[in-house]
Amino acid sequence: MIPAPDLTISGHASIDGAALFAPLTLTLAAGQWTCLLGGSGVGKTTVLRLIAGLETGAKFTGQITASDGQPVAARVAYMAQDDLLLPWATVAQNVSLGARLRREKPDLARRDRLIERMRLQNHMTKKPSELSGGQRQRVALARTLMEDRPIVLLDEPFSALDARTRADMQELAAEALHGRTVLLVTHDPGEAARLGQSIVVMTPSGLTPCQPPHAPAPRKVDDVETLETQGSLLRLLREEVA
Amino acid sequence: MKYLSALAATLFALAIWQGIVTLTGLPKFILPGPALVAETWWQNRWVIAEHTWITAVEVVIGMAFGTVLGVITALQLANSRAARVLVQPMLVFTQALPVFALAPLLTLWLGYGLWSKVAMAVLIIYFPITSSFFDGLMRTPSGYLDLARTMQANRRTVLWHIRVPAALPSLASGMRLSAVYAPIGAVIGEWVGSSQGLGYLMLLANGRAKTDLMFAAMLTLGVFSILLHMIVRRATARMAGEMR
Repeated sequence: MIPAPDLTISGHASIDGAALFAPLTLTLAAGQWTCLLGGSGVGKTTVLRLIAGLETGAKFTGQITASDGQPVAARVAYMAQDDLLLPWATVAQNVSLGARLRREKPDLARRDRLIERMRLQNHMTKKPSELSGGQRQRVALARTLMEDRPIVLLDEPFSALDARTRADMQELAAEALHGRTVLLVTHDPGEAARLGQSIVVMTPSGLTPCQPPHAPAPRKVDDVETLETQGSLLRLLREEVA
Repeated sequence: MKYLSALAATLFALAIWQGIVTLTGLPKFILPGPALVAETWWQNRWVIAEHTWITAVEVVIGMAFGTVLGVITALQLANSRAARVLVQPMLVFTQALPVFALAPLLTLWLGYGLWSKVAMAVLIIYFPITSSFFDGLMRTPSGYLDLARTMQANRRTVLWHIRVPAALPSLASGMRLSAVYAPIGAVIGEWVGSSQGLGYLMLLANGRAKTDLMFAAMLTLGVFSILLHMIVRRATARMAGEMR
């Protein structure tokens, strides 16, 4: 894998002249997890989609740059709340989808290793409908890893899972995506407190950087400092609404 | 249970039919009873089978051509904005024309034989196939397209690997609809000008006041259409995602 770069997005966005988010500057540190925490409608998903080069419906004025000067959108992998698995394709085909879409020959050995790493080796030829929610999200993670991009954008990928599966997935993702520049957009203070090496709260008035817990991520679910951070993040979110 | 209820419904319909015949005492050249129609059907079974075969061939060839044409058109429309601007209004306009009005023209152009009926069947199913598949192609879940975009997919591979498979259920419903429409098209073609086929037989029987034979031919057409629909339904079950 190419070394992951720092990433900076700065600018402001508006929809039909109404400001979606005020001028802001967000820097994602190279090889680290940045958690962008915010309530619904503050534009955190728009920030992620802008970095990914996806349609947002908003007019963005500003720039998105990588510290190595290379283009950004071509080097991202994307994972959303919806696993986006193709229902007609098998697990193995879904994992190697990117190569097929680019008309490249997929590295089958690597694909099989990733599937094994996600503990899905017994499900290779199954269709997504035969899998549980957690298994499906593991396939999506394997597909994201298969892309092997230095920048990974996660748009609330765990929010539809039950508490236990979510905690498992958080650990699995933290371990699997180690060393990449990761942006995790989430509305869950607990998730941000567990995973963020840098935590930024997004509100209509702008971005507020917060101190992450000292323990290395992923932090234990019952780590006291993590729970305190979760509490203070939630307090910050609620203050902004009031 | 499904078959039992179908049988019950058939018997019920026959009872009503017989009831009307008995109560009104209509002469048999106006409304023949079910028993007479069954008898006539049996006596003329080989003639009916022969004409059914002709109609079936027209319908099947028409469906094959209509489906291929519809699929190609939908793909072109989905792929090019210019095609949408130029062709789509024309497509809607042709659908607004009554096919009955076109039937004599087709007979004039393509003759009395098989091809004018095939053309009728094609015309009548072309629009439902095209529009259902096209709608499916244009309604690809946006998340798939986002994902493909971050993967640097090109337009062609997105079409083949994502948009087409995602639209197959819509195509399947278009094909199921076409199984009901295609026999109508073929029979209209036969009415306008032919010397064989179930439509021809119906017209002939009607003209000679052989109403019982007319009913026998008509019911045969009905059964044929239902069977065709069932076959197409089964054949497209995988496409429609019913066996996933």
